[in-house]
Amino acid sequence: MLDTTSAAQHTGATPLLQTVGLTKRYGTFLANDKIDLEIRPQQIHALLGENGAGKSTLVKAIYGLIQPSEGEIRWQGRTIVLSGPSDARAHGIGMVFQHFSLFDNLTVAENVALGLDGKEAFRDISARLEQVSRTYGLPLDPKREVWQLSVGERQRIEIVRALMQTPQFLILDEPTAVLTPQEADQLFTVLDRLKAEGRAILYISHKLEEVKRLCDTATILRGGRKVETCNPKAETAASLARMMVGGEIKEVKAAASRQITVPRLLVNDLSLAPDDPHGVRLEHISFELRGGEILGIAGVAGNGQDELFAALSGERLAKDPGTIVIDGHAAGHLSITKRRRLGAAFIPEERLGHGTAPRMRLSENALLTGHAIGNMVLHGFVNTAATLKTVDLTTETFDVRKAKRDPEAASLSGGNLQKFIVGREILRDPVVLIVNQPTWGVDAGAAAVIRQALLDLAAGGAAVLVTSQDLDELAEITDRIAVMFHGRLSVPVPTREASRETLGLLMGGSSIEAAETAHATRA
Amino acid sequence: MGLIEAIILSVLAASTPLLLAATGELVTERSGVLNLGVEGMMIVGAACGFGGAWLSGSIIVGALCGMVAGILMSLIFALMALGLAVNQVATGLALTILGIGLSGLIGAGFVGERITPAPHLHIPGLSDIPLAGRILFGEDGFIYLSIALVVGVWWFLYRTRAGLILRACGDNHISAHALGYPVLRIRLYAVMFGGACAGLAGAYLPLAYTPFFIPGMTAGRGWIALALTVFASWRPARLVVGAYLFGAVTILQLHAQGAGIGIPSQFMSSLPYLATIIVLVLLSRARTGGSTAPAALGTVFVPDR
Repeated sequence: MLDTTSAAQHTGATPLLQTVGLTKRYGTFLANDKIDLEIRPQQIHALLGENGAGKSTLVKAIYGLIQPSEGEIRWQGRTIVLSGPSDARAHGIGMVFQHFSLFDNLTVAENVALGLDGKEAFRDISARLEQVSRTYGLPLDPKREVWQLSVGERQRIEIVRALMQTPQFLILDEPTAVLTPQEADQLFTVLDRLKAEGRAILYISHKLEEVKRLCDTATILRGGRKVETCNPKAETAASLARMMVGGEIKEVKAAASRQITVPRLLVNDLSLAPDDPHGVRLEHISFELRGGEILGIAGVAGNGQDELFAALSGERLAKDPGTIVIDGHAAGHLSITKRRRLGAAFIPEERLGHGTAPRMRLSENALLTGHAIGNMVLHGFVNTAATLKTVDLTTETFDVRKAKRDPEAASLSGGNLQKFIVGREILRDPVVLIVNQPTWGVDAGAAAVIRQALLDLAAGGAAVLVTSQDLDELAEITDRIAVMFHGRLSVPVPTREASRETLGLLMGGSSIEAAETAHATRA
Repeated sequence: MGLIEAIILSVLAASTPLLLAATGELVTERSGVLNLGVEGMMIVGAACGFGGAWLSGSIIVGALCGMVAGILMSLIFALMALGLAVNQVATGLALTILGIGLSGLIGAGFVGERITPAPHLHIPGLSDIPLAGRILFGEDGFIYLSIALVVGVWWFLYRTRAGLILRACGDNHISAHALGYPVLRIRLYAVMFGGACAGLAGAYLPLAYTPFFIPGMTAGRGWIALALTVFASWRPARLVVGAYLFGAVTILQLHAQGAGIGIPSQFMSSLPYLATIIVLVLLSRARTGGSTAPAALGTVFVPDR
């Protein structure tokens, strides 16, 4: 069952890092249950698992951010107790966080200095920063402030900062989640180089193809326990996913034939200035979306997707009513509620704070988007029975798991809350659904449910607009795909005909023609 | 002594408590904590400072008493806002209300007493130069101290590693925690520094400005100091300009009234606040990006275990 050859290659040396029976308890909840992990030099070791499987807890313990309740951590064969991250860094353990641990209003050099514990003078840090970033091909300007930088550049700071501590062992938490395919490739080159230099890497990712390509060994966690250690190259993405979930994942199936009907959403030359200094200006955006169709918008975060969502949902109004037409009605000047009455539904990216009010109950959150139509409000009074019914129906249809009938939104896990939000909107039977990052940070099981729901909605005749940074997701569910870059939208192309490489180049700002030529020459 | 000289001297004296309190609050806010209790810490500092000086006969002992009182007040705030993660705005307002009551209680026995005010510097020759000599070389010690304090704070924030860490906590406490910095401890020190400065600023009033204590003698200066940190967009150099500007407004208002100029005094008293609002508007319009205020200002931080 196990392929142990790759592990066997390194068994000569003692493991660089080892956790023995590592357990972390929060009250009665076991986040980590007796986890044994072995990492050897020159190894890229994948750590896989669904949300809540205990990956973050484990790496936080290894990085000294939390103290294990039981078990021990061994470094080069010796038991160590880490009192904090600086302790871990002193041993040679570095970490690149998923949600970057950067300071927006400080410069690159200051950010790097904060990650170093040495007594190094600030001037020397700047010099060494430039040297390290040149050595690894990760260009950075030390004097710029972080808020001015792109997501890819921000990650570069994190990586360079970790490398400047010359770690023997580097933890990377979902490093490619926000990168274009090309940026991810650059990262892989750096990781291969680190491996060649004799360092070890612990790599957390949801992207199984990437893990198969990059990693030598994979440890799979489920429900806080280790279920398997295997060679990912000898597994398929499906078999890895099975081990993570502990069963089959329902495959997402599109209906055999979908009726493409009349245009449900028209956007005509929509331009909009940003309302905050960090925002992106929307420039001449035009597209048509018909009933029964799913259009995908790809692109790196921060290229105007949020601004487009705000314009389409009515959070920001367009000057000219005709720029947005919902189901035949000019809607550019209409409020969110009026757009909902035309049959549109909206699912923003951020679940807590935008999609739901975190401290309100689910029934109240159902009311917040559902009051425009239906019977939730009668003569100005809230019809509690109707709002609760929506919660029950959503729970049942979308398998929302929660502790009680009507809990606060914030108490649900990410995947379950997202299922609730998607379900709440879909059960209103919209003719147009606009959804931003439908499965962001959601585990594989919940993601499959949500994608299936979007496909079913389109099969029922609705028009669906999906914005996502996950190209695999867009390839799986969309009919056509367009790329957003610096507030402009490329002309949508059929998803079948769009190569990853072309999309990647478009995401990096090449024009369609340039991207296709580049693709043709390389192929 | 000419009128101009008199006005400049009184402006300097009126500005100093603003500058002292605002410098402390600037450090506190740079660490990400919004302590609205400056007025309360000042007034308790005033009562204790006067008490200390009156009982000991020493201005320095009085100033130290004021600082210690300010620190103790700030510790109450820290216990609530940092230790128990209570809302900072509510805690700060409560601290001011507490301070006003407490200072009346502490100072009740001292009302009507007088002390010898803080002596002014006198350097023979230099201090006797007309106009400039008296202004530059003939002030009380607090004024020189306040300038040194601002310079020191600037140097600390922008030239030391500890200052960088403090600014980092104010920008993003989650990142600072993830890198292993003790966010709450750093904020505690910043709050205590703010308390010491506010206490000293309060003590300045009965020790140098007017040589007696009356209840409520801070008269809203703590609020002006808070407005001042915003006015200065959390930068020490602008704080100096702002403090003297606000100090000048309060003095000119008195002179305007004395000269019978028909502007209502209430309008003049509101000028510092109006100026703050205008500066805020101008700053946000001129801003190209980034955040002028410490990004984590006023948000509660609870580290995970």
